[in-house]
Amino acid sequence: MTGLRILLGAAILGGLGAAAPFTPLWLISLVTLAMSTGLVVCGLIILWRGGLVPFGQALFFATGAYTVALSGRWFGVTDAFLLIALAVTMAALVAFVVGFLLAQYREIFFAMLSLALSMILYGVLVKSETLGSTDGINVAQASFFGMKPRGPGYTFALFWLALGMVFSAWLGVSAYLGSVAGQLAGAIRDNEIRVEYLGISVTRLVHLKLTISAALAGAGGALAALSISHVDPQMAYWTTSGGFVFVTILAGAASVPAAFLGALLFEIVRTIAVALLPGGWQLILGSVLLLTILFVPEGLGSLMIRKRATAPEKGAA
Amino acid sequence: MITVIAIVTDGLVYAAWLFVVAIGLTLIFGVMKILNVAHGAFYAFGAYAAATAIGLYFDRGWPVVGGYLAIATAAIAIGLLMGYILERVFLRRVYGKDEVVVVLITYALFLILEDVLILIWGTDGRSAYQPYTEAGSFTVGGLPLSVYDIGLVGFAALLAIAASYTIKKTTFGRLLTAVIYDRETAAAFGVDVSRVYTVTFLVGAVLGALGGALTAPKISVTPGLGVEVIVLAFAVVAIGGMGSMEGALVGALIVGLFRAGAVHLIPQLELFSIYAVMALVLVFRPQGLFSRAQPRKI
Amino acid sequence: MQGMTASAWWVRKVSVAALLAAMPAVAGAQTAPAVPPVKLGLVTFLTGPAAGPFGIPGRNSAEIMIEMLNAGKVPAPYATAGLAGATIVPKFVDEAGSSANQVTEFRNLVQRDGMNAVVGYISSGNCLAVAPVAEELKALTVFWDCGTPRIFEERPLKYVFRATPHATMDNVAAARYVLKKFPDLASFSGINQNYAWGQDSWRDFVAAMKALAPKATVDKELLPKLFAGEFGAEISALLTTNSKVVHSSFWDGDLESFIVQSGARGLPARSTMVYTAGETAMFRLGAKIPDGTIIGARGPHGVMAPDTPLNRWFRQVYEDRFATAPTYPAYHMAQSILGLKAAWEKAAAAKGGQQPAIDDVVKAFEGIEFEGPSAKIRMAIGNGHQGIADIAYGSFRFNKAEGKPEIVDIVRYPAECVNPPANMTSTAWLEAGMPGAKCN
Repeated sequence: MTGLRILLGAAILGGLGAAAPFTPLWLISLVTLAMSTGLVVCGLIILWRGGLVPFGQALFFATGAYTVALSGRWFGVTDAFLLIALAVTMAALVAFVVGFLLAQYREIFFAMLSLALSMILYGVLVKSETLGSTDGINVAQASFFGMKPRGPGYTFALFWLALGMVFSAWLGVSAYLGSVAGQLAGAIRDNEIRVEYLGISVTRLVHLKLTISAALAGAGGALAALSISHVDPQMAYWTTSGGFVFVTILAGAASVPAAFLGALLFEIVRTIAVALLPGGWQLILGSVLLLTILFVPEGLGSLMIRKRATAPEKGAA
Repeated sequence: MITVIAIVTDGLVYAAWLFVVAIGLTLIFGVMKILNVAHGAFYAFGAYAAATAIGLYFDRGWPVVGGYLAIATAAIAIGLLMGYILERVFLRRVYGKDEVVVVLITYALFLILEDVLILIWGTDGRSAYQPYTEAGSFTVGGLPLSVYDIGLVGFAALLAIAASYTIKKTTFGRLLTAVIYDRETAAAFGVDVSRVYTVTFLVGAVLGALGGALTAPKISVTPGLGVEVIVLAFAVVAIGGMGSMEGALVGALIVGLFRAGAVHLIPQLELFSIYAVMALVLVFRPQGLFSRAQPRKI
Repeated sequence: MQGMTASAWWVRKVSVAALLAAMPAVAGAQTAPAVPPVKLGLVTFLTGPAAGPFGIPGRNSAEIMIEMLNAGKVPAPYATAGLAGATIVPKFVDEAGSSANQVTEFRNLVQRDGMNAVVGYISSGNCLAVAPVAEELKALTVFWDCGTPRIFEERPLKYVFRATPHATMDNVAAARYVLKKFPDLASFSGINQNYAWGQDSWRDFVAAMKALAPKATVDKELLPKLFAGEFGAEISALLTTNSKVVHSSFWDGDLESFIVQSGARGLPARSTMVYTAGETAMFRLGAKIPDGTIIGARGPHGVMAPDTPLNRWFRQVYEDRFATAPTYPAYHMAQSILGLKAAWEKAAAAKGGQQPAIDDVVKAFEGIEFEGPSAKIRMAIGNGHQGIADIAYGSFRFNKAEGKPEIVDIVRYPAECVNPPANMTSTAWLEAGMPGAKCN
């Protein structure tokens, strides 16, 4: 990734940030929420490139979200940056632990086991009556370095925070995908035995990928918790994981920015569908997914890539 | 003593239901390598079709026995119809693609079909209890049991025997086995893989619809029925080994008995029982109980 | 937002247009009518398992109430047109989806579509998730069906109201009714869905029983998965106990499945069932429900409602339009809209008939008392934001002569008998043995 593209990315995000006060608040909230999904999808892309599709990424998403809610509730932590750091650490830690098991699995078995683990978390949360069971609990409004913006200011602050997280995720994930470990993803996907013959432990690589993707999912969960101000066990349910995979398909695994655009597109399609056809929005959502897979199998991101395929630079975008 | 009887009978009844629901899923996965999320839609459509058929049948005041035939007819008809449309229009286009992509196709179809269901049948629940209540009950060791439930256990047993016979003794079964082991080699030997796929998918769809249809008389048939079933069926299939018929049977028995035991002895565990069993089995037998080890392809 | 100047056209097209145009100011040059319409967002389940029993009756009720209010055809004291003369323009939104979706759609309703007020939410989880956002946006919001007492007990709210009493009342009244029927009850069991509603209902019922009949013990405490559909093992477990009474807060699909499955296995011959939300199913199941089953309706609604002119009118228009009797969710919706109207017009009266600002309505809503179709609602607890009302319980009987189900032995409990006082949370009140309850 060249300095020029970093500058360009920073400029685009900065522009978005500067435009916030002139944008309707509902749209800002919607974009913030979409970015939280985008962060999770970034993590899915890392796994996806290695041929792994988790149907239980909601495990880490919910871990991040509940970490934010409970840190506020039990320990009185309100600083947004600290909350996000805690959520990321917690999600990564959970992934590191379950990774010893999960990293042994591939293909559909990986998907199923991750689903089982997320459903166990769901069961535990539903059973926890002190945490409100399925009703969930509210998340207190966060502070930013001691400042406590309220009303529209809070919406802006969260949006700027989200932009910062997106920028960091973009830099970090691009760097990882460009590294040796990241570049090996395709090789693992094609034939991991060959990779083993190179003297590299595939299990360890998968473990690492899982932990990174979980950290991103935890960040997404934290952002979602702050933005919605509420967490509930539904965040760990398998349909939530299904939604993340849905967006990954929509976006394609080709580029990191596509993950965020895909998430935004998904949220917009959903909200339009709800408004257009209150009793049939799943129909629209399903059709969009179906058409994408059938006609743009590499995801919408591939359309952007194809355009600049002739460009000389072939960095991992 | 009565608790033991209860655990065994309840476990068997639940296992029978799980087996009927899971066998179609495992068949399609075994042959076509498709993890069919739309199986939940087959189940839901089967339930609605059966409820409608039972309603129409009993409104005419015809004899009770024919009601069971109405259930089967409705399930087969809707299963064939949906299976045919889904296979021909959608799945045909994605054979040979990444397994996960095909899963997502079926996920999309499931989302769409959930709403199509509401468009056809509306949001109100439907009920068709006659076949269940008319079957009556009997008492074993002081515990009243439903004849229909025990009939389901018998049906599941017959289904297991029939499936085993078809695969081991019939020509089609042998073709299936060939395709399951190695699709390309089977094709090279002149097996019409495309036809085997179509037939498998239709059979799987009918079995899914049958699962729903047989459950319809026991429950209020409501929207959202399919979502609950998919994950349960997945769990059973994962425990038994993806694509294995024996596995589906054993998986259903394990989950059924475990759940019944939990309800009677430690009700707190009921919610986790199925996932706990699944995680436990997968830890020790990553491919499930009855799956063959895959050859390493270098 | 700019939505205040909008017209009906804007309401219809807003969602798409807004997204595509990213919202510059809009709809300037329209001739404003004398009184601008009041835009009302209505959130209810249109899809999913809760649509049939709750969501659709709620929507139907809202549809008919708004139409009749706009036409000025509702009987006194609601005979004025609309809300203090302003026409109500409804916009319906599906409640299905995660609470994140609901929060997003709530913001869309208020900030994008410029709704003046929102009446919504069946799921307690959605109510809890939306409440802080409603406060943040200063958006007048009336919860119409969710039951959890936590809404106003966790923190005071300014812009959120709930005319419908919370669920504690359902189970306290159930306990009182059970003990009236079985004064010497030795033990009881419960089967409730394993999610917040089921867990809370069971906890409240046990606490109320403990206060009223300390000697009665719990036999079996079953919490099957939500929408399990298959209750064979649970029914066996209940058959192996000697409980005279089994409590259940099941609703719709699970309720019907359980009634049919337990009936086939003779459970009702051994135990009397108490269904706290049983009323929604009684017409559909009819004779399938055993005589003597104790039925609640989350208030004195449906067939347990008193014969007042307002109630007679409500049942008439509802049955004429939808060819079915209104069940309790229809009553919950109707009383929530009427509460909004009462508050709106009280605020308008204070301003000499002018259309009130939202803050005026909020002030007028606090502590207001108004007539619902089935009971007087008093916004007496939760700092004047939470309604209390009477509740009724009765025993089911299938009238073979007329071929229709009915409820007999109806006992109506006054609001103060089954609701906590203003200064106590419901949990604290139950644990203290329900001090201060006034029951006659």
